[in-house]
Amino acid sequence: MNKLEVNNLNLFYGENHALKDISLPIPAKQVTALIGPSGCGKSTLLRTLNRMNDLVEGVKIEGDVMFEGENIYADIDVKQLRMRVGMVFQKPNPFPMSIYDNVAFGLKAQGEKDKELISEVVEESLRSAALWDEVKERLHTPAMGLSGGQQQRLCIARAIAMKPEVILMDEPTSALDPIATHKIEELMDELRKKFTIVIVTHSMNQAKRISDKTAFFWMGELVEHADTDTLFQHPVDSRTQGYVSGEFG
Amino acid sequence: METASKMGQVTTSLTPAKKIDWIERLFHGLFFISAMVGVISVITIGWFVFYEGLPAFKEAGLLNFIFGREWLPPALYGISSMIVASLISTVGAVLIGVPIAIMTAVFLAEIAPKWMANIVRPAVELLAGIPSVVYGFFGLIVIVPAIEAVFDIPAGNTLLAGIIVLAIMILPTVITISETSIRALTPTYKAGALALGASHIYTIFNVLLPAAKSGIYTGIALGIARAIGETMAIIMVMGNAPAMPGSLLEPARSLTANIAMEMAYATGIHASSLYSTGIVLLAFIILLNAGLLYLNRQRGHA
Ligand SMILES: Nc1ncnc2c1ncn2[C@@H]1O[C@H](COP(=O)(O)OP(=O)(O)O)[C@@H](O)[C@H]1O
Ligand SMILES: [Mg+2]
Repeated sequence: MNKLEVNNLNLFYGENHALKDISLPIPAKQVTALIGPSGCGKSTLLRTLNRMNDLVEGVKIEGDVMFEGENIYADIDVKQLRMRVGMVFQKPNPFPMSIYDNVAFGLKAQGEKDKELISEVVEESLRSAALWDEVKERLHTPAMGLSGGQQQRLCIARAIAMKPEVILMDEPTSALDPIATHKIEELMDELRKKFTIVIVTHSMNQAKRISDKTAFFWMGELVEHADTDTLFQHPVDSRTQGYVSGEFG
Repeated sequence: METASKMGQVTTSLTPAKKIDWIERLFHGLFFISAMVGVISVITIGWFVFYEGLPAFKEAGLLNFIFGREWLPPALYGISSMIVASLISTVGAVLIGVPIAIMTAVFLAEIAPKWMANIVRPAVELLAGIPSVVYGFFGLIVIVPAIEAVFDIPAGNTLLAGIIVLAIMILPTVITISETSIRALTPTYKAGALALGASHIYTIFNVLLPAAKSGIYTGIALGIARAIGETMAIIMVMGNAPAMPGSLLEPARSLTANIAMEMAYATGIHASSLYSTGIVLLAFIILLNAGLLYLNRQRGHA
């Protein structure tokens, strides 16, 4: 069962044809990795999945993205879509407020007033993001005081608090040191049980370690996609071969 | 090194330091003197205002001067009605002007399409350049008659007229600084909030404005300083009666107006009392700056 399906998607930033006729199924409760050289359109594709490209001026999108069988580029409530398809950014971007308020933010934005319920969700989300033990004594201190790795797990907790079905991650460990990266990868092993995950990564090793499916992009094209093992061991296209063997990119 | 030896040059490396680098010294001196101009001005102004103002404090008594309600030189020197007028006109201007200014800043930074922002922004900047005497004209021609008509009173030169003119005068400062500080925020705050399904409006009020708080406070403080120090426009529209205003629809005289209007003919203790009025004005400005420092420091710890 595919959670998301990208069908013949073309995206233009003004004149720049950034995504060229992409079709990609994204299976439920699996980790799909998007790999490829810098500038090939990985982040752009990720942002089409929760319509964050809507924020970019002059962007034009053709084709469609089906989420549970519904076209998200039809006339839908984007806020609801984004609650169900959460996102974690490349650089940790906690809001300049307390740890607690960061995690509670999404619920409060939906108008949730029940303090007890919010507290429960905050604790549960921080536990799911493997951050609870580190911050439970200082929930009401500024999130900016956390280390980079902790901030990124906080951003994951913040996304989890909305009880999304999909979590999109754009190179979530590229700004982190190896130990923090390892923690996040461990965490993803837990998250994959509950969520459908799409992750952009520039590290092929990371893709091999954590993903079930891998899609390889090249200059706005989806070159090939397959089970991660297959793609890395028996790439079909010569460009994929070159890339996964480390010849370029 | 290698090239040097290849070329057969002396390899004794670096030259010894010149005894004194005069260019360096000259510029250090220049920077220092420039920095001192501001400091010395503040000290000189403070010194002279205090020096000239103290006799009146002594003569009238500090408490009588500040809390006294009658201003009848050379007999009575009480400026409480002017303190009240200055405070009320400033607070009123802030209550009206700041919300309008912040909403305008949000509009410019977040909502207006580019072409519209490009019309509104220069208009606001133009507002900042208008001399206060022209604001005074505007108040006399538009606001004062409007107040007479709306409230059916014979003279529209009132505290309310002062409040409205000041509210307009502080707009550009607060708008410009607030807009700049909203724009200076990293776009990842907004993206993060929208990605959680928050609406644009919720994001503005709960992420962007709080994050831009310290810049906005600075804008408000500069606006308050402008309002409390404004003289010309206030003299033209507020009526200037040196008596405690009973309502917003009565004339009032601000601290600044008191100084400007009587300075030309005052002598002796009377003149000194005008400097004392200046001391009180300075005290308010210092309090304001201290309050701003405190707020921003709070934020630093938050
Ligand atoms: N906000 C944007 N506005 C205009 N062009 C963009 C924007 N984001 C990305 N692009 C362009 O789209 C192409 C793909 O970029 P991106 O998706 O960021 O690549 P990747 O994430 O694979 O490095 C690049 O040519 C880039 O310059
Ligand atoms: Mg990218």
